Amino acid sequence: MPVFVLHVNGVRHSVAVRDPNEPLLYVLRNRLHLTGAKFGCGLGQCGACTIWVDGVPARSCTLPVSAAAKVSVTTIEGLGTPDKPHPVQAAFIAEQAAQCGYCATGMVMTVAGLLARKPDATLGEIKDALAGNLCRCGTHQRILHAALQAAGKSKPKGASA
Amino acid sequence: MTALVTRREFLQGSGALVVSLALPRHGSAQRAPDGYQALGKPVDTGEVDGFLSVHRDGRVTVYCGKVDLGQGLRIAIPQMAAEELGVAINRVVLIEGDTALTPDQGPTGGSSGVMRGGVQIRQAAATAREALLRKAAERTGKPASEFEIVDGVARTKTGGPDVPIGELVGDGRFELKLDPKAKLKDPASYTIVGKPLPRPDVPAKVTGRHVYMHDFTIEGMLHARVIRPPAVGAKLLAVDETSIKGIGGARVVRRESFLAVVAGDEWDAVRAAHALKAHWSESSELVGQSAVRDWMRAGPFESEEFLLRKGDVKQALAGASRRLAAEYYWPMQSHASMGPSCALADVHDGKATIWSASQATHKFRETCAKMLELPPAAVRVIYLDGSGCYGMNGHDDAAADAALISRTVRRPVRVQWMREDEHGWDPKGPPQLLALEAALDADGRIAAWRSELWLPKATANLPNMPLLGPQAAGIAQPVGITTGLISQNGNPPYGVAHQEVLVHWLKDSPLRPSNLRAPGKVANGFAVESFTDELAAAAKRDAFEFRLSGLSDPRGIEVLKRAAKMLDWQPRPSPGPGGIGRGIAYLHYKNNETYVATAMEAEVDRGSGAIRVRRIACAHDCGLIINPDALRQQIEGCILQTLSRALHEEVAFDRSRVTSVDWKSYPILTFPEVPEIAIDLVDRPTEPPLGAGEAATTTVAAALANAVFDASGLRLRTVPFTPERVKAAT
Repeated sequence: MPVFVLHVNGVRHSVAVRDPNEPLLYVLRNRLHLTGAKFGCGLGQCGACTIWVDGVPARSCTLPVSAAAKVSVTTIEGLGTPDKPHPVQAAFIAEQAAQCGYCATGMVMTVAGLLARKPDATLGEIKDALAGNLCRCGTHQRILHAALQAAGKSKPKGASA
Repeated sequence: MTALVTRREFLQGSGALVVSLALPRHGSAQRAPDGYQALGKPVDTGEVDGFLSVHRDGRVTVYCGKVDLGQGLRIAIPQMAAEELGVAINRVVLIEGDTALTPDQGPTGGSSGVMRGGVQIRQAAATAREALLRKAAERTGKPASEFEIVDGVARTKTGGPDVPIGELVGDGRFELKLDPKAKLKDPASYTIVGKPLPRPDVPAKVTGRHVYMHDFTIEGMLHARVIRPPAVGAKLLAVDETSIKGIGGARVVRRESFLAVVAGDEWDAVRAAHALKAHWSESSELVGQSAVRDWMRAGPFESEEFLLRKGDVKQALAGASRRLAAEYYWPMQSHASMGPSCALADVHDGKATIWSASQATHKFRETCAKMLELPPAAVRVIYLDGSGCYGMNGHDDAAADAALISRTVRRPVRVQWMREDEHGWDPKGPPQLLALEAALDADGRIAAWRSELWLPKATANLPNMPLLGPQAAGIAQPVGITTGLISQNGNPPYGVAHQEVLVHWLKDSPLRPSNLRAPGKVANGFAVESFTDELAAAAKRDAFEFRLSGLSDPRGIEVLKRAAKMLDWQPRPSPGPGGIGRGIAYLHYKNNETYVATAMEAEVDRGSGAIRVRRIACAHDCGLIINPDALRQQIEGCILQTLSRALHEEVAFDRSRVTSVDWKSYPILTFPEVPEIAIDLVDRPTEPPLGAGEAATTTVAAALANAVFDASGLRLRTVPFTPERVKAAT
């Protein structure tokens, strides 16, 4: 079985897989027990599996493990914890930006990835960055407000939450 | 983090509690302070012990048959219990939907979580408080009436002696019937109910530590994938098991047309499911998407029913100065859950433990017991959070799949549906067709109204929706369909003297249906409130004033006025001068629950057919508010999800299968489309708390259609409002 060396959240892992095309998502969840990235579609369409590859948001459900071996991977578990949340996570908590929350970790990874590149992102830029992240419960407004808060901006006037 | 249960612990039948102990500290509610001792406790809805345990250390466990699907019960229910008992919110632990521990409070649906489930638990807490006061009186020799419980301590209202309630029960049981007359606290004294307390699960959810059904594993389990037929109703003719040879020990599980693969590794199971060569019969038994409307008109019908007959509609229509008629249609839609359904089952030695995100664990337990030919007492269903569903998606199907496979392979089995399984096979919201006719009198008021509805008829007393696994496996199930209460709110609430509502009850549905958020009401509200707008426009009257003049219920009037005020509504007839249009819609949910009005601003690009929603304002009265922030979030969810349904969603299917099986073919709302939402809550502390998970949905599509008409003069009567429909509208 081919063995791949992965660097995930600053930790080196050797993983033997039968199929080098196994998506990174399955390796993260089943081998490394990092279940924060979720299986949503397996097609790169929904964003529930979003991680960072070399600091840039990417879909782990379509990224073969063989391609992940040469890069640095960050998952939601590498950002913060309930006790010590990343500023974007803290903003999500402050805004209560989760209902079922299945999409939430992907949202956090996308927003944190955007703000790492562009700390003062505008509402329009945040919406565009999240265009590929789907939410079914209708938590969008809270997520946008959390992102604005993390970017140090105030909510649009008139919005309720 | 993955929760692990050892095989030995598991065989002791203590799955849930061991599992819950292994959950991350911040994660889940499923962790009783007294651990194993809770097993064997009463689960009777008539017993205080069914709902509550007071522990020696002063903590209180609340056992709730309703579950948190993302709607916030995990904070609202503890708030109600803590308030009524007199303990701090952080002393309350909530256990949800575990059939061994929680009473059967019915499925989590129909906006009943707080309104029925919470109210029942509140009454148990009130009964418990009275018992605790009596115990305090016995211990101290002072009359019970002099005591109150504050922060978990019983003391006289004049101060002392302090008796912690944990000492009064001491991990024991109340052994007390729930008293429906136990006195409730005066809402004026509330310190916990009414506060916007944060949800306990959000920190774990946004840091990836919350253990969802999908993240849950147990030792020795196998991963399974179920292979659904290429066409609904197709039979499995042959399977070439050699086609998966060499894929990591994957093997085939088959019973009649139920086909699955299992493997120790999940990706092996996925690969095997793709590689497996199976030969299926042809099948083309479906109606097909393009023929649904004609099919609904043609039947076969189960029955016809007048839901309402008031006055003389025929004569009033004939004698009126102006008559209008229009047809409205709401298509089949999917729950479209973000995570495909998932479940884990361990069936062995005449016992079954099922972990499921089911909205109805108690109901599923009966179903599962029948399917497995086990007594219900031998089956335990334990709730774990799934990806949001809004009625009944594939969670129960996946749980049945897992149970069937586990029984065959004699190992714990985790079933994870793929995206095409969820979109293709989740039970769908049924289609609805409405023909409306009304007349205006000389003063421009509604003189008469007639609604004709074509609706799939829910099978009476059906114990459960027929599930896919047992159906394919040839296991007998009750026959019928579930749709929810889909015929309500089919007429206007504006004091029309002559009205009738006739339903043509269809025997079946084009695809297997189930309840989908505000079943029926979402479409009826769209049709009735859009057609009301058509009448207002025909009468050249302002849409808000037209409604207001017909309303007599003060709570309805209040929300309607507040919604209009939020948009700074200036009275004038529609359509407006062009540019930004505004629309409004009002509904009294089920005619006896929550009051809601939604106003909206939208623009229409006639060239591209694109609709842009700018602003949404919603006024909402669901009686006593338990948690205003959780409530706002439910309303936001109702609004945005229904905006998605109204703008984008329709299940595509041909004569054989659903063809909208991913997010490209079944698009939902995206962030760039999200408008600004403002919500105004009417709190009525002395009124009963009502549901909020569905009511606001019913106003969204009509408010949008009315705003589109106001902006453009185009009337949209078919959901979804795609660019093609906008361009074709007149």
